[in-house]
Amino acid sequence: MVAGMSHAATIHVGNASAIKEIKKGISVAKNGDTVIVQAGLYKEGNIIVDKQITLMASGQVILDGEKKFEPISVKSPFVTIKGFTIRGSGHSSMNDIAGVKIYNTKHVKIIDNILEDNFFGIYSQNSKHVEIYGNKIQAYGKAEQLIGNGIHGWKSDSLHIENNTIVGHRDGIYLEFVTHTKVLQNLSERNLRYGLHFMFSHDNSYIANTFRANGAGVAVMYTKHVHMEGNIFEENWGDAAYGLLLKDISDSQIINNQFDRNTAAIFMEGTNRVNIENNLFKGNGWGVKIQASCMDNTFNNNNFLQNTFDVATNGTMTLNYFANNYWDKYEGYDLNKDGVGDIPFRPVSLFSMMVERYPSAMLLFRSFMVTLFDRTEKLLPSLTPEGLKDDSPRMKSVKV
Amino acid sequence: MINIQHISKDFGKFKVLKDITLSLDGGECVALIGPNGSGKTTLIKSILGMVVPNAGIIQFEGQNIQHKYTYRNEIGYMPQVGQYPENMTIGQVFDMMKDIRKMPDSQLDYELYNSFDLPALLGKRMGTLSGGTRQKVSACLAFMFNPKALILDEPTAGLDPLSSEILKAKIQKEMKQNKLIIISSHVLSDLDDLVSQIIYLQDGKLIFHKSLNQLKQDTGTDKLSKAIAKVMAVPDHKI
Amino acid sequence: MNKIIRYVFVDLLRNRTIIFYTILLLILSISVFSMEDNYEKGLVSLLNIVLFVVPLVSIVFSSIYLYNSAEFINLLVSQPLKRENIWLSIFVGLAGALCLSFLIGVGIPTIIYAYSTSGLTLIGCGLLLTLIFVAIAMWTSVLIRDKAKGIGLAILLWLYFGLLFDALVLFMLFQFSDYPIENIMVGLSMFNPIDICRILILLQLDLSAMMGYTGAIFREFFGNALGMGITLVVMFLWCIIPLWLSVRHFKKKDL
Repeated sequence: MVAGMSHAATIHVGNASAIKEIKKGISVAKNGDTVIVQAGLYKEGNIIVDKQITLMASGQVILDGEKKFEPISVKSPFVTIKGFTIRGSGHSSMNDIAGVKIYNTKHVKIIDNILEDNFFGIYSQNSKHVEIYGNKIQAYGKAEQLIGNGIHGWKSDSLHIENNTIVGHRDGIYLEFVTHTKVLQNLSERNLRYGLHFMFSHDNSYIANTFRANGAGVAVMYTKHVHMEGNIFEENWGDAAYGLLLKDISDSQIINNQFDRNTAAIFMEGTNRVNIENNLFKGNGWGVKIQASCMDNTFNNNNFLQNTFDVATNGTMTLNYFANNYWDKYEGYDLNKDGVGDIPFRPVSLFSMMVERYPSAMLLFRSFMVTLFDRTEKLLPSLTPEGLKDDSPRMKSVKV
Repeated sequence: MINIQHISKDFGKFKVLKDITLSLDGGECVALIGPNGSGKTTLIKSILGMVVPNAGIIQFEGQNIQHKYTYRNEIGYMPQVGQYPENMTIGQVFDMMKDIRKMPDSQLDYELYNSFDLPALLGKRMGTLSGGTRQKVSACLAFMFNPKALILDEPTAGLDPLSSEILKAKIQKEMKQNKLIIISSHVLSDLDDLVSQIIYLQDGKLIFHKSLNQLKQDTGTDKLSKAIAKVMAVPDHKI
Repeated sequence: MNKIIRYVFVDLLRNRTIIFYTILLLILSISVFSMEDNYEKGLVSLLNIVLFVVPLVSIVFSSIYLYNSAEFINLLVSQPLKRENIWLSIFVGLAGALCLSFLIGVGIPTIIYAYSTSGLTLIGCGLLLTLIFVAIAMWTSVLIRDKAKGIGLAILLWLYFGLLFDALVLFMLFQFSDYPIENIMVGLSMFNPIDICRILILLQLDLSAMMGYTGAIFREFFGNALGMGITLVVMFLWCIIPLWLSVRHFKKKDL
């Protein structure tokens, strides 16, 4: 390969060049060569990159799939695709056609492309060491079944997904059986279903991403060792919309994230041994909804501000732990001035239990009668889970 | 001036006025007499439109008063107990009534107002006044707007003798100016030298309506009080 | 007509209860806003005061005032004035004075500390509730001659709208929780002006929670122009119907 690099050639494709077609350019290229495509509109159907080459756009190069073809299929290792505008892939219910699809290979880089109106955006199938940087991916469909995912990983390993913007797809980023992957600083917004969705994808980290106003927020399932840090989950509104839905997640870290104005910031189901620390829950309908199937999760040093309900649960057992959080609804006192309230805080209100069972009761929220109920329950807890409490609530919010 | 035709009024089962027909003209002073609960006040309130009769017609200067209110510009009313907003001063009450009546200041009759020495009391709040002073305010208001008819409900009840005489003199003076004055009173001695006609009501029925002289003649007495006593002594009042 | 309004209004401005009410609201508002670190929490606390105190004071104070003014009303009726005008003038004077109290006591602090859509909604709701409960008091006090009974009825009505109605709704909700009753609930809320106000403010303050399952139904209704229009019309009907009934009755009343 080193030998190939030293003899690398540059091939120009375009109207002004001898080679007019990209396919032709690829066919004459050797491993290690760079194919530079001049500005223009190219309708070449399915372009297959099956050599170790760099395919680069010079100016605005539009690859149009004419709603029939897959514009680029990468079937060789050591390929770089950079700077193209790729649009109008075909779509099919039989196989997943993408703007750029990577088949069973490794060391591929997809950089700074614009993908518009494709079925799937960038698709990594059974590949390793794929780097997806700085792409802008957008779709415009309305029906979920007619639209694929923005960045889709299946049975892949060591992906690096950074600095992409994904708008209007089904799921912004979808990972299934994808391991050892880093997802950094992406913006995923207004996708029809989830901003981020993964299953069976262990040992991945998600850092400093923003998931905003997606149809149903973010949902992650059946996975161990997830690391989520510094992400922003905001404006995920709707009946089944969650800032973050955790289903069968275990041994994971959720730290320093910000949950702002979601219907439910975190919804947990079958989730165990997750450490939730230093997060900000602000202006959500529900801060945390914990189903009875969750165990041994810890909530430490989080800030709960202006949420309608801080914590809700359908269970009566207390198998999760709250300590050192700041709750703006706390009305206790701190006589010994150690910054920790002297009486415990119970974040679950009677009315939130009532709303869990009878959602329509929400209509009566903040009525005098309901306030009376909640006050009475605070004085003499009888229906809310006895042990679900923060024994050391902070008097001042945590500085994050 | 006031023409009452067959009016009846009942409050629930209780019949307060039973088929009363009367005709009253200017230049007369009419005493409305009868025992307690005979319907005097209800009759007065019917004329003022405060009570709506169940049947019958009341005309004021030929106009049916039902659903009308402008005719009350021509009536001065002095209620039995004059109640005014507690926080208002006498001056403000006068200002308010002047505002309501919209009469130019030059046409206002300040005679009683001055005789009762009210200008000295203008700053006093109504809530602090004695019953007598309230009566004075009520009397002044009734006469102030030069009405064609005056309806006075127990006018001398709370007044001291001196004020009572002032009021009587004023009544006589107004009567000479061809006004109709209706007085309802228990104090018959007061009425002797005032009234020209007597209306006697009992149990909501009109017993008689005749001139004072006629009444004295019929009963053979020279005092109103004696005449009335005689009337009440006769069964069914057939005189 | 303007003159009677002015006299009633000026008379009320000197009324001790009105002055006390204004100062109470002012103290409550200022202490709520200065105690809470963010204005939304202040608005939540203030919401309870507005929904609780404003209807109570409006209906009870108006009833007492009307009964105490019976003689004054008699005096006015004996004057060359139209009965409708007298009655409407008293309504405008009463409602005006109570609204002014509310604006000084709650409106000004809210505008200073919490100038926002939710703050303005709260002020608007408080003013509407004042109008509605004054109108209801006008009706009950013209219907019932006896002062003690009339004031008793006023307090009962307040308890009904403030507490019993919600209890009945909750009871119904438990009974029929297996049926899709959300739309019925929206319809039901229209029968209580206090609930309408509460929901309008909820949709501002607890937007995220109201985006959930049932909330969405309410939001869909109250959130669009038509629903909002219907709501406003219903609120005005709540004010106009009792007032109209009271005028109709007052025109025929024997004094």
